[in-house]
Amino acid sequence: MSQWQLAVDIGGTFTDVVLLDAAGATTVLEKVLTTPKEPAAGVMDGVRRALARAGVAARELRYVIHGTTLVTNALIERKGAVTALVATAGHEDAIEIGRETRYDAYDLGLEKPDPLVPPERRFGLGARIMADGSERVPLSAPEVEALVARLRASGAEAVAVSLLHAYRNPAHEQAVGRALRELAPGLRVSLSSVVSGEIREYERTSTCVANAYVRGIVEAYLRSLNELLRADGFAGQLLLMLSSGGTCTVETACEVPIRLVESGPAGGAAAAAHHARATGASRVLAFDMGGTTAKICLIDDGEPQITREFEVARVWRFKRGSGLPLLVPVVEMIEIGAGGGSIAHVDRMGLPKVGPESAGSEPGPACYGRGGDRPTVTDANLVLGYLDASYFLGGAMSLDRAAADAAIRRHVAQPLSLSLTDAAWGIHAIVTENMANAALMHAVERGKEIGAYDLYAFGGAAPMHACTLAERLGVDRVIVPPGAGVRSCFGFLASPLAFEVSRSRTVRIEHIDLGDVAALLDALEGEARAPLALAGVRGGDVTVRRFVEMRYRGQGYEIEVPAPPGAQDRAWLQALCANFEAVYGTYYRHVPAGLPMEAVTWRVRAQSPAPHLPPLETAAAARPSPKGERPLFVPMESAFRTVPVWDRYALPAGWRATGPVVIEEIESTTVVTPAFDVAVDDGLNLVLTRRTS
Amino acid sequence: MKARASDPVFVEVAWSRLISVVEQEAQALLRTAFTNIVRESGDLSAGVFDLKGRMVAQAITGTPGHINSMALAVRHVLRAVPPDTIAPGDVLATNDPWLASGHLNDITVVTPVFHRARLVGYTASTCHAMDIGGRGITVDALDCYEEGFLIPPCRIFAGGRPQQVLELLAANVRVPEAVMGDVHAQVSGNAVGAHRLTEMLEEFGLEDIEDLAAAILDRSEAGMRAAIVEIPDGRYRGEMRLDGFEEPIVIRTSVIVTGDALTVDYAGSSPASKRAINVVLNYTKAYTTYGVKCVVAPHVPNNAGSFRPVTITAPEGSLLNAVRPAPVASRHLIGLFLPDAVMGALAPAVPGRVIAESSSCLWTLDVRGRDRSGHHFKEFIATGGGMGARHDKDGLSATQFPSTIRGVPAEIVESTSPIVIHRRALAPDSGGPGRFRGGLGMVIEFGMETDEDWLFTASFERARIPAQGLFGGGPGAPGSVETAGGRRLEAKAQHWMRPDERVVIHTPGGGGYGPPAERDPERVAADIAAGRVSKG
Repeated sequence: MSQWQLAVDIGGTFTDVVLLDAAGATTVLEKVLTTPKEPAAGVMDGVRRALARAGVAARELRYVIHGTTLVTNALIERKGAVTALVATAGHEDAIEIGRETRYDAYDLGLEKPDPLVPPERRFGLGARIMADGSERVPLSAPEVEALVARLRASGAEAVAVSLLHAYRNPAHEQAVGRALRELAPGLRVSLSSVVSGEIREYERTSTCVANAYVRGIVEAYLRSLNELLRADGFAGQLLLMLSSGGTCTVETACEVPIRLVESGPAGGAAAAAHHARATGASRVLAFDMGGTTAKICLIDDGEPQITREFEVARVWRFKRGSGLPLLVPVVEMIEIGAGGGSIAHVDRMGLPKVGPESAGSEPGPACYGRGGDRPTVTDANLVLGYLDASYFLGGAMSLDRAAADAAIRRHVAQPLSLSLTDAAWGIHAIVTENMANAALMHAVERGKEIGAYDLYAFGGAAPMHACTLAERLGVDRVIVPPGAGVRSCFGFLASPLAFEVSRSRTVRIEHIDLGDVAALLDALEGEARAPLALAGVRGGDVTVRRFVEMRYRGQGYEIEVPAPPGAQDRAWLQALCANFEAVYGTYYRHVPAGLPMEAVTWRVRAQSPAPHLPPLETAAAARPSPKGERPLFVPMESAFRTVPVWDRYALPAGWRATGPVVIEEIESTTVVTPAFDVAVDDGLNLVLTRRTS
Repeated sequence: MKARASDPVFVEVAWSRLISVVEQEAQALLRTAFTNIVRESGDLSAGVFDLKGRMVAQAITGTPGHINSMALAVRHVLRAVPPDTIAPGDVLATNDPWLASGHLNDITVVTPVFHRARLVGYTASTCHAMDIGGRGITVDALDCYEEGFLIPPCRIFAGGRPQQVLELLAANVRVPEAVMGDVHAQVSGNAVGAHRLTEMLEEFGLEDIEDLAAAILDRSEAGMRAAIVEIPDGRYRGEMRLDGFEEPIVIRTSVIVTGDALTVDYAGSSPASKRAINVVLNYTKAYTTYGVKCVVAPHVPNNAGSFRPVTITAPEGSLLNAVRPAPVASRHLIGLFLPDAVMGALAPAVPGRVIAESSSCLWTLDVRGRDRSGHHFKEFIATGGGMGARHDKDGLSATQFPSTIRGVPAEIVESTSPIVIHRRALAPDSGGPGRFRGGLGMVIEFGMETDEDWLFTASFERARIPAQGLFGGGPGAPGSVETAGGRRLEAKAQHWMRPDERVVIHTPGGGGYGPPAERDPERVAADIAAGRVSKG
């Protein structure tokens, strides 16, 4: 069996490729332009280049693991299939009515997303399941036949079937699905109980519709990519990165493509999780900062948290609430409008603000010299000496310092009567504070103490802000991995095959029927294992974990509790309740005594063993010396200080220095502030440690 | 970073931190709440207050009626419970309509925050209690004493120990588990906020938030004044009619803009009513301030500073400044229309910033009865209608305005109550015609899984006089309520329903903006194709 594995991540601008052999002796990193019209072509271009550079043939690849923004883009650009919706009669408009809310209390101009299915393609069925799962109105054969005729006449290519309480009893959805496959074989059918299985009809329907909408595109793309790879001789397995951090086969991806929606960012989290497992770090904060956004994710005991609430394709000023809700397992992370391109301005209150508007890559920051005249975070970093005008992207692009100065002076320094340096530092500090607040909020909501985490910084801009952010968060250790710019790809390679399924079924703990629970959990386990078996994972190698979402009766938000091991007996139930109280206490600081509990959603996650990612080889000098020096702004001293600049590629394991220093590599620059020492570990990570004062 | 209130970078950084403190407070409250009205609908508010009881920051989550009346309530509470008597572990509360949010169902909980053994400020929240005894949210009480249990400003916890008033409250409400559960959620939320606030003080090396609060409030005030200056000086008048009872209710609005200050006066509006729709001044101020802010300065933060340049008056004893013991339980029936009234008056001054009238009132499924297992149930599911059209786009359909309450999914309603939602759809032809169409109302048909008669409380406005259009736009459709069998039901009354009867509600549509003849033909065609409009 060949030893090579390859990861491909299609991003907005670039497609990243990482090729490595099982021993880690050879690593090839490749960045090519994304080709939005024919994404498979861009992927093949990158794959072929990487293979050529390593002198490896496609048939020597064991795995190709792929993450893509295809699903997200199809939803943002509305390029999916002509989709119809079959809903419970009387509730066809649920996807338009949504939650009747305004996500911004004061903005009278706000907009809501147009549903993916227009009213004329929403069809009602009189059949009715009640909240307890009982059937009130049966599904009639003539009604289904009439439905098929209406669907045909509507010109639909795909159909989402989302009936009330299908999470509780999917029988009607399944029957409709069977009928449609038989009577209208050309239609791509998605059932809400398969795609999501969770209570709340608007969100579940939205998820099911989005799945139906993107399915054709994903199928066509994956088929074409698979064929192109095979044509080049590839005989291994093509796997897709899931939003939840695992991988899946092409077959699974075509069935529930909506689960690929956050596959790229999930790769970043997986990379940080791999680092945590490899180094035994029990708490890691993944911090990914690029051009327009920053993402922050908490990783406890080597596992990212998974959430089931996500929102895609925001239509109004990137505001939370203005997008389409998706109930799919997604690595839990917060994303905020803070990146190198974030624009600084002074608001009506005379206060400096940074983001969420971004200058993007066109026109880009003022210092790019492409016509941008608004000051950005990158401009501020240039003024502060964090960036070198002549070594941006390894010197491939030079930065215009005068343009950065002018933009900051005009839009921030002069209106606030600040010096240029103070204004630049203000921009840097505020964007960092925005990220710190978001991170704190994220941690607090989960009852975590953020100061106990290591900060794992990757993405172009993160290594420049990591020390300032760590200081704001009270974090003592910062890790900057090698190849920080393509770290998500490494994450793909470190991800296990995994799948999870869940079902909402509310049960009061004191009335629980343990036999039913056992049957439900076993059924879910069967569903979760099936895709892994299909992918060739041996049953004995699969790890299965079970979770229950619980609450006190009367509450409406649940928290996820690990189910105890062993058979579902009385002792199991007691242990489950104890787990719930423990988790509740960490979240809300106060556990009410004696209130009845209930279990709401049951969940099973199955995964293969996590692949081993070999350490990278080193190509460092034995006794490196700084490649130069430059003035760096030191906020504690409110002054510039001349500091040494090191070439990262020359630094061997074991090298150490005391901040302030600057360490440069092609895609990013690490700024070590005076509060930190830095060392290179055996994995070639930069490890920055805060000095105890 | 040096902690100086004169340093704009410090103020910005500390201010965003305060906002994250209150947001954490609101989220903890939401997630531990026991009722649909709080957690699914978000009928709540949360804020941080300085030592003078001035609101410095509010959570984004929350309704204007609660936020802005809570902003006024905290000072009243501190007048009754002198700060120098407050000790750590104390928690204060009131639901006095005249001191807090206009009816007994809204309970305001205030938690003093101590840092290094010194009182440094307060966290507070207001939530809608599922029940408060008395007649519930009807229009029938003759005075406020019939309306339920009143908690004067007092300690509900002293030194961490629950006080007897909590037992009194539990003994006086129909659903004590839900009501007490939510009070505990408020206490929890405030505690989370207080904890985060002290952490913030520690981190920034601050003794208290006084200087920071002053800087925030002064800057907000300046932002508000700068925004008011953009409105041409003048006295702008509006008049709006509501269904009322035997006679329509009139709301006369004068908005006076003088330089950087703005006054809203309601002189000439209807007198106090014998029905329980009277509005206390706190609540009048809450929704008027909200309307002004949406039009004048949507981006200026909402706090005690941004309120300063705005004066709101209504004659004492009138409908919009009711005096004790007027009945007030359904004060939102009137109060929610005040943003419409403000926009109607300001329309000629700033035509591009206002919207046509909205359905505005909540059309709530307010039901009581006994389910098949003999349990008493009580539910209060708020639903919305259409919003008024904007100057450049159609109004939003099925959207709560000016309340920011969220709808509750049918699956949640049916899983947590005996209500069955048979239909929840957009109502065709309900949006007012115009160059831009008003948002559509909804049609909701619901029944009950019960073998006994059940009580349905209708408490609706705009069932006769619809939401008016602006600048030539037509009115939206009025709302209606009837049984599935076609029996019309009075819009402001309690109705006993038979077990198998269903109620059908049409919520009102929003008004249109600009002459209908100027509507883009493509939009007309799209509306017809989508079944939103049945004729051209």
